[in-house]
Amino acid sequence: MKEKLVLVGNGMAGVRTLEELLKIAPDKYEITVFGAEPYGNYNRILLSPVLAGEKTIDDIMLNDLQWYEDNNITLHVGKKIVNVDRKARKVIANDGTETAYDRLLLATGSNPFIIPVPGHDKKGVIGFRDINDVDTMLAAAKADKSAVVIGGGLLGLEAANGLMLQGMTVTVVHLMATLMERQMDPVSGEMLKQALEAKGLNFLMEAQTEELLGGERVSGVRLKDGTEISADLVVMAAGIRPNIELAERIGLHAERGIVVNDTLQTFDPKIYSVGECVQHRGETYGLVAPLFEQAKVCANHLAEHGIGVYEGSVTSTKLKVTGVDLFSAGDFIGDESTEEIVMKDAGNGTYKKVILKDNKIQGAVMYGDTVDGAWYFQLMRDQTDVSDFRESLMFGQAHLGDAGHGGENAAALMSDEMEICGCNGVTKGCVVKAITTQGLFTLDEVRAHTKASASCGSCTGLVEQILASTVGDYSESTKATPMCKCTDHCHDTVRAAIKEHHLISIQAVREHLEWREPDGCASCRPALNYYVLAAWPAEAVDDPQSRFINERVHANIQKDGTYSVVPRMWGGLTTPNELRAIADVADKFEVPMVKVTGGQRIDLFGIKKEDLPAVWSDLNDAGMVSGHAYGKTLRTVKTCVGSEWCRFGTQDSTGLGVKLEKFTWGSNMPHKFKIAVSGCPRNCAEATIKDFGVVCVDSGYELHVAGNGGIKVRATDLLCKVSTEEEVKEYCGAFTQLYREEAHYLDRTAPWIERVGLSYVKEKVVEDAESRKALNARFIESQKYSQTDPWAERVSGKVAPNEFTPLKVVG
Amino acid sequence: MSHWVEVGTVEDIPKLGSRVLQTADGDVAIFRAADDTVFALRDSCPHKQGPLSQGIVHGYTVTCPLHNWKISLESGEAQGVDEGCTGRYAVQVEAGRIKVELKG
Repeated sequence: MKEKLVLVGNGMAGVRTLEELLKIAPDKYEITVFGAEPYGNYNRILLSPVLAGEKTIDDIMLNDLQWYEDNNITLHVGKKIVNVDRKARKVIANDGTETAYDRLLLATGSNPFIIPVPGHDKKGVIGFRDINDVDTMLAAAKADKSAVVIGGGLLGLEAANGLMLQGMTVTVVHLMATLMERQMDPVSGEMLKQALEAKGLNFLMEAQTEELLGGERVSGVRLKDGTEISADLVVMAAGIRPNIELAERIGLHAERGIVVNDTLQTFDPKIYSVGECVQHRGETYGLVAPLFEQAKVCANHLAEHGIGVYEGSVTSTKLKVTGVDLFSAGDFIGDESTEEIVMKDAGNGTYKKVILKDNKIQGAVMYGDTVDGAWYFQLMRDQTDVSDFRESLMFGQAHLGDAGHGGENAAALMSDEMEICGCNGVTKGCVVKAITTQGLFTLDEVRAHTKASASCGSCTGLVEQILASTVGDYSESTKATPMCKCTDHCHDTVRAAIKEHHLISIQAVREHLEWREPDGCASCRPALNYYVLAAWPAEAVDDPQSRFINERVHANIQKDGTYSVVPRMWGGLTTPNELRAIADVADKFEVPMVKVTGGQRIDLFGIKKEDLPAVWSDLNDAGMVSGHAYGKTLRTVKTCVGSEWCRFGTQDSTGLGVKLEKFTWGSNMPHKFKIAVSGCPRNCAEATIKDFGVVCVDSGYELHVAGNGGIKVRATDLLCKVSTEEEVKEYCGAFTQLYREEAHYLDRTAPWIERVGLSYVKEKVVEDAESRKALNARFIESQKYSQTDPWAERVSGKVAPNEFTPLKVVG
Repeated sequence: MSHWVEVGTVEDIPKLGSRVLQTADGDVAIFRAADDTVFALRDSCPHKQGPLSQGIVHGYTVTCPLHNWKISLESGEAQGVDEGCTGRYAVQVEAGRIKVELKG
């Protein structure tokens, strides 16, 4: 028999918990839901756009009645639970319905705070909380002319904006001197006020409501200073209070909210609680991100998986008023122990302030240009030390290193037809539509539904911005983001477990960490294969079926299913004999195109898969080995001619390039890795946009790291200067190994170093000689198992040729 | 008209892998899941005709190597929000020997 789960409160937090639960334990419970409102579950955050006439109720439904039916959930709408018999374990609804439970989930949400001034109970005085309130406001807007909104916070301003757009004259009465004072500092608050005044809203600041006037219906508002404003409708938006009425009635411990522990369990172990009604570690939350984090943990415990702890949330805020872009997170006021960096351009309508403490972001407030809101928020949540890029912090993420593709950074100003994602041709309108009609909340969901930012990722910031301005305030920390849908563990946890528990196969990792999918997926398998090989080079056995096809057949798949082949040319050097062999292969196999690559190699295109072994047999005979142009590994070492020929050359850059390539080739890496050696500061080999770059100078060698010439051009950071080739090799090995051991799979060195910080890398590779030598030694050790030419193995028949031959040919 | 063709043994295909059956009507990808169930699909993704035989197999799904579409090995249909379907062939396995039903 299934156990019985009853959910009280058919809102976002409760239903999200059910969704999470159904994902991991679909058959565990017979589920019954009670909702006081007569609807399915809708997106409460989007009530403002409904009021503003930008969306309809249908647009914001998250789970319609069909969803409950499809998941065998009994839904009672319009029924309020008035009591719970905790001894007999049953809930009692206002119509007398009794339902038994084994587990009870309370998600009763919150109520608008109605200020108890005289007249607060008159007709025409409402809160702004549910569809019913919106209907009342829309009806009022048709019949009446003027409205007063009490409260100039997030909700109040959204209500005021909506009513104004519906044609009413709206005055906002705010107790404080700054609008949204919990999210805005005085400067940005004033900019916001001016922008809203320009749209047509009226404000009375530092104004306290004394009485609501009128007979049965409200007709006006009187303030403490005697001012009277006429109003046909008064919206109380002075905050929300956790709805703990039911909890108190049944004797469940509650303070400001229902008190729960880190597993979202109340003082009655049979009863869990999530959402705005909850008080966790002294905090209550009124934003959606924390509710979703709670839902995930709660579902995990309801499923009796017993892992997952809720440790509280850090939240950020966006205001959903079309055309107004603001962002705020954390402590944006600061105190004597903090520093602030401010950038203001009043003419352009932009303002940014970041509060730092010991070079870590404590909070940020932005107005106008908010494209970097998600980035600051990330740095704040991860408590990243920003000292390495402090001087460019205010210019935003795009200004780390140099700029690159794109350059559009203000999503709010873009029209619906403008293209967001250049790889997949997705417009802003497409993204917004998918978010609202499909009820999406996370970047991953948007990627899955629209493909926006799912290819090269360079428009991720824009997509996050659209997501934030469309759904409100939900964003995730990448640090703790699960690897993929097969697990809740993040990359770092998985890597640590592999090391700590001596896990030497993908299977062992999946079993140890309780993967949800027995085979994993196309995203986690290559990552796990890399992680076990990187951690245990001598013991772990490569799993070819967990490698992307390019790495399985040691060639690059092309759009028509043929392959391209790049033989290695050490340091970009070649010989007449090698060139003849390449030319012969091109003739013999009728290669349709021969091209010189960006990394100084020759690429043969259009080779049929079954011809690959024969092509390589010929190339091997000429002494050439695989160029690994297809792999997550060292690609090329690019060089200039250096002191041997060049009149400016200071060192033998070609010779050093060849040595570095012989040293690093074949290594398994989290992503592709490029090296270059330039013979003088003229830098003809473009070493300062490589993962590891050497610029020779008269006195020695400058070592540069974490450059990238791709999607976003990033110039390298200078690691240090050394004086001998031997040192270059040692630092190169150490840096490479640190990257191999610590980056997430598919991280290039650039994003990795931006996450961990240049100082950290210097500490491990430059300042601590012992650490450097140990890293380099581990690199050399792992290279013992990597430097086999994959083609020599295949041509010699040591590896079965299955991969290249058809199973059978018929007809 | 259709006929059954014996194409090889289950052991000829790597676990969670695929081999190609070349026919006059184009390539057929033969997949082997972790539990040794064998599937056959037209070796062409409904999206941009990527060779599905070159993808990564997980569960009863293959991820196309070109643009990561996920195709059900059972139905040939694209999973998730992608829409499209590739041809499916009936498969029989007897004593480890694979037979595929081909048209014509």
